[in-house]
Amino acid sequence: MIEVGTELPEKVFFLDRALLKQYADASGDQNPIHQNEEFALSVGLPNVIAHGMLTMALVGKYVSDFAGGSSNVLEFGARFTKPVVVPAGEKVDLTVSATVSEVVDGKVSLTLSATSAGVKVLGMAKAVLKK
Amino acid sequence: MLNPDSVGRTFAGTDVITISQSEVDAFCAVIDETDTTIAPPTFTIRITLTQFEAILTQPEIGLDWARLVHGDQKFEIFSPVKAGDSLTCAATIESYRVAAGNEIVSVRSDLHRGSELVISSWATLVVRA
Repeated sequence: MIEVGTELPEKVFFLDRALLKQYADASGDQNPIHQNEEFALSVGLPNVIAHGMLTMALVGKYVSDFAGGSSNVLEFGARFTKPVVVPAGEKVDLTVSATVSEVVDGKVSLTLSATSAGVKVLGMAKAVLKK
Repeated sequence: MLNPDSVGRTFAGTDVITISQSEVDAFCAVIDETDTTIAPPTFTIRITLTQFEAILTQPEIGLDWARLVHGDQKFEIFSPVKAGDSLTCAATIESYRVAAGNEIVSVRSDLHRGSELVISSWATLVVRA
């Protein structure tokens, strides 16, 4: 039974430099801050960071899975509050969870949480789906 | 600095973009999505960010893409996108302000399949001081 306050199971995704390269090619976003450590440091970043839209794509997968497929996702939005930092040779976590915030006319709204290394990386993350 | 005259204007992309199955497959592979008959919810960023860059960096608008940070992103999906769809993109600069030297631009993009609006998306783009 899905009702306001229902908590969805947590899911953990893992990101590494290879995934960032794969996303750069799949999305067309080849900004070097997502691939080149020297460049990232030169513009004041702590290290290479994941594309905000990669984080959002993974959270979107979480939403699609709960919705029973991408075709049931009606709205999806988030604010990029902190970068997901991806050092060379490491796999960093993206931990996603959600709470049902509204159920109206066959539509379910989710309030989403996304953290990496314990730091909240998305703010105001919400999705609306057909269910 | 962004030309203030561009705020409120809509820029129609001239290209018709046809989505290929291999593009959808590549995007799905990143997120381990096994259903490749429909594009994942954020797939169309592949189209809209490229269109935004082409539009916003035109000399008469003047956004500095090199110092750009993505502030937020939202999608409203009216009809899911799939391989074979031919889409056009129109971008509207909805608002612009400067705060602490940072330029903050809100842009909406509307993707149409023929006359049908399939996805609207909103992005806040920040050009760092």
